[in-house]
Amino acid sequence: MTTGKVKGVIANLVTVGVDGAVSQNEICYIHVGDVKLMAEVIKVTGDNVFVQVFESTRGLKVGNLVEFTGHMLEVTLGPGLLSRNYDGLQNDLDKLTGVFLKRGEYSFPLDENKLWSFKPLAKVGDKVEAASWLGEVDENHQPHKIMVPFVFEGEYTVKSIVKEGEYKINDTIAVLADADGNLHQVTMIQKWPVKKAIMAYKSKPRPFKLLETGVRTIDTANPICEGGTGFIPGPFGTGKTVLQHAISKQAEADIVVIAACGERANEVVETFTEFPELDDPHTGRKLMERTIIIANTSNMPVASREASVYTSMTIAEYYRSMGLRVLLMADSTSRWAQALREMSNRLEELPGQDAFPMDLSAIIGAFYARAGYVYLNNGATGSVTFLGTVSPAGGNLKEPVTEGTKKVARCFYALEQARADRKRYPAVNPIDSYSKYIEYPEFAEYISQRINGEWLEKVNDMKTYLQRGKEIQEQINILGDDGVTVDFHEGFWKSEVIDFVILQQDAFDKIDAVCPLERQEYMLDLVMDICKHDYNFDNFLEVSEYFKRVINLCKQMNYSEFHSEQFEDYRKKLNDLLAERQIAA
Amino acid sequence: MAKAFQKIYTQITAITKATCSLKAQGVGNDELATVNGKLAQVVKILGDDVTLQVFEGTEGIPTNAEVVFLGKAPSLKVSDQLAGRFFNAYGDPIDGGPEIEGKEIEIGGPSVNPVRRKQPSELIATGIAGIDLNNTLVSGQKIPFFADPDQPYNQVMANVALRAQADKIILGGMGLTNDDYLYFKNVFNNAGVLDRIVSFVNTTENPAVERLLVPDMALAAAEYFAVEKHQKVLVLLTDMTLYADALAIVSNRMDQIPSKDSMPGSLYSDLAKLYEKAVQFPEEAGGGSITIIAVTTLSGGDITHAIPDNTGYITEGQLYLRRDSDIGKVIVDPFRSLSRLKQLVAGKKTREDHPQVMNAAVRLYADAANAKTKQENGFDLTDYDERCLKFAKEYSNDILAIDVNINTTEMLDVAWRLFAKHFKPEEVNIKQVFVDKYWGK
Repeated sequence: MTTGKVKGVIANLVTVGVDGAVSQNEICYIHVGDVKLMAEVIKVTGDNVFVQVFESTRGLKVGNLVEFTGHMLEVTLGPGLLSRNYDGLQNDLDKLTGVFLKRGEYSFPLDENKLWSFKPLAKVGDKVEAASWLGEVDENHQPHKIMVPFVFEGEYTVKSIVKEGEYKINDTIAVLADADGNLHQVTMIQKWPVKKAIMAYKSKPRPFKLLETGVRTIDTANPICEGGTGFIPGPFGTGKTVLQHAISKQAEADIVVIAACGERANEVVETFTEFPELDDPHTGRKLMERTIIIANTSNMPVASREASVYTSMTIAEYYRSMGLRVLLMADSTSRWAQALREMSNRLEELPGQDAFPMDLSAIIGAFYARAGYVYLNNGATGSVTFLGTVSPAGGNLKEPVTEGTKKVARCFYALEQARADRKRYPAVNPIDSYSKYIEYPEFAEYISQRINGEWLEKVNDMKTYLQRGKEIQEQINILGDDGVTVDFHEGFWKSEVIDFVILQQDAFDKIDAVCPLERQEYMLDLVMDICKHDYNFDNFLEVSEYFKRVINLCKQMNYSEFHSEQFEDYRKKLNDLLAERQIAA
Repeated sequence: MAKAFQKIYTQITAITKATCSLKAQGVGNDELATVNGKLAQVVKILGDDVTLQVFEGTEGIPTNAEVVFLGKAPSLKVSDQLAGRFFNAYGDPIDGGPEIEGKEIEIGGPSVNPVRRKQPSELIATGIAGIDLNNTLVSGQKIPFFADPDQPYNQVMANVALRAQADKIILGGMGLTNDDYLYFKNVFNNAGVLDRIVSFVNTTENPAVERLLVPDMALAAAEYFAVEKHQKVLVLLTDMTLYADALAIVSNRMDQIPSKDSMPGSLYSDLAKLYEKAVQFPEEAGGGSITIIAVTTLSGGDITHAIPDNTGYITEGQLYLRRDSDIGKVIVDPFRSLSRLKQLVAGKKTREDHPQVMNAAVRLYADAANAKTKQENGFDLTDYDERCLKFAKEYSNDILAIDVNINTTEMLDVAWRLFAKHFKPEEVNIKQVFVDKYWGK
């Protein structure tokens, strides 16, 4: 293997003189005292190789030995990934000793001694290719498929496969022969370079299946699909994290991968603490059983922050290849972009806008493209749904990361400072936000079967009422309450009913936090029925007073168990109240 | 300072306002050196060329200055003797007392493994209702005051420090005016708590680049008390804007490409490394904690500037002070202030109705703000608008003003009293069970 010597150091960028060939993105280890620091090649000019070190470079000296490994940054894929807490380089954080992270301490991501009960799915003589399912083990009640390694090219024949029984991850479970008759032993684990997408599937159609999240402002107003992409930009303090946590807890996914990329450690700790306790609303088991956390908090080294999003995506793609529905949440992609900026800056590259690298939007685009709904080669389906948050500098959406993301993500959930200030949570602006999936005919067909044929029309009507309400509010602000007719007030308050009852949701209330689809259907029907009617009012004061009572009753319904006695009781009171002023159609 | 075996270099090859360069071998990154007795740190190595950042500034450094490498990164001697003492940015006493004896630790050490942290869950009561009711603080939290330079943030911070039940209070003063330094010293002295306080102070009279060491010094001391002595430590950092300005100076002198607002591209990581030292340790690790309350001064209230903006993304909320002209007092602004960890204690360590009461009151206060806009634009106010305005004034005076000092249960009772005085239950939008229990009581 190639070796080299340190020639220079600026922060975490190290210049290395080498004695042989190196490749771009190759991993190397720099010896400092008795520790080895992991680093990645990011630029080569003549004899100088520039590497970014994934750790603090304190004490590094000219002349320190550098060993190259011959491979890019890889993750280890196999049973036992679920419920683990990794850092951006897939070190198992629970295996590291001591309160503080020690420089140069790395740990193997899986358990080498655990026995898995393996069931073969392939037979001797079967023709297989990369990602074909050879067998399966039960990982936290999920069928974890043991696959032909993704790096295998072409067709292979199964020469032997072990019988059903207990095996460790490093045991050979099958022997495959390639076209030339060479034999390859396959274990339960494989490695894959994180920066390359796993393409071992047949086709990737447009997403069309609703991914239920239990959050009304998403599912009802701007739904995201299985295999879809979305992003949540928002100034700090607008509830980005709360919304993201709600989605990761409630979404209808088999596997959830959470990438805490350059964010607060206490938020990650919240996930560590809560997920082992919380029940998965879909299976009744603990949320942690289906979750993998990649924690690279803001104080951890910058270079591994960049790696962390790729590590997370690769793990998500791995589970997708098993025919599972994976949800990947990255908080925040802006921190990832900043890591790119810091390195680009140290490399003295000519800067693009706001000193970000010129190819930022291409890098973001390529990353989002790895999500998707796929048909696997065996006909099964799997998906990686990706939701990223963006933390726009100064809350200004005209900045490179937001703009680069907007070009590629299909759903946009605009968090708004003004809504947050008024405690209207989730502070997603219903008018600026969008979901492109609503326009897909294949989604329309799907949703008409899942809910009903009038659903999309009702959603559209709801948005029209909201838009109208906003226009009226602006007119009232200009003309005054007396300056417009009572009808205008009625129109405004109908939009307020939609806002308070459908859009706003209390993430900290046990019942209101999760709103299943059938309940969303019920509430939308109810609210749209309220909106469609005309009412008797003598003056505008009566309008606000009346609709506040309507809102109050609807909110009490939101806080009550669906169809419980209490719920029906509020519904009855609401009906009486509506009858007071509604004009029969 | 040089020891017998240390090599002395005397050939400076380049000098800028903050850095100097020379040819040297065997030098480690981040290593300390002295340049004619001035403390400096290695920031760049390229072959034999070594660039040093000189903390005091390079005024008067000659091309033949004596450079000695000390073979270590910046460090601090820690022991119980730190308590009650005042130090400069290098950790040397400035109160005339003796040198500290103790273990020498490197400052700016590694981060805590996230899985070894505990979720913060202990309430830090300050008595200031604008904080305790609307923006409850929790141990292990990091939160700044976003304030214009003319606001009384240092006074509020000193009050918070004294009322919070901390075992140690560590003050990191960066670019503190001498007056403010003496103010802190006096307040701590008069309260008789000097033995709980450790101060690292860089005043406006000291060189700006020295400031870069202050937060790391303060946090190294905090880690010592939290990890080894299992204490609850409160760290006060004022003013982080001046710290960031010093970062920009050094980055500029090193010819780095500036990003937004002339700040270095690494500003987010630089600030995060400090703020993320805030931590709550689990019982197994002694149960100590580090809570950070900082000050970020704004220019004309502009929070889109790179410094407050990056800070806001790192810290767990922010507190704003504002002068309320209706009551003539400084209040904690309920709209823009936020404590992200409040839900960990609100309604759990405090009374059950806390979260709903807090939100309802702020919502009504927002309605009052709308009414005020209407009033200013010359429109007629409705009866509801009038009631909101009356409510807002009393709420501002009895809850938000920074001179309020009551416990959280009293704060909630005050809020319910104001609700009942001005509103009907359906206007307040609170869960019926709480209305039944507390309305008009």
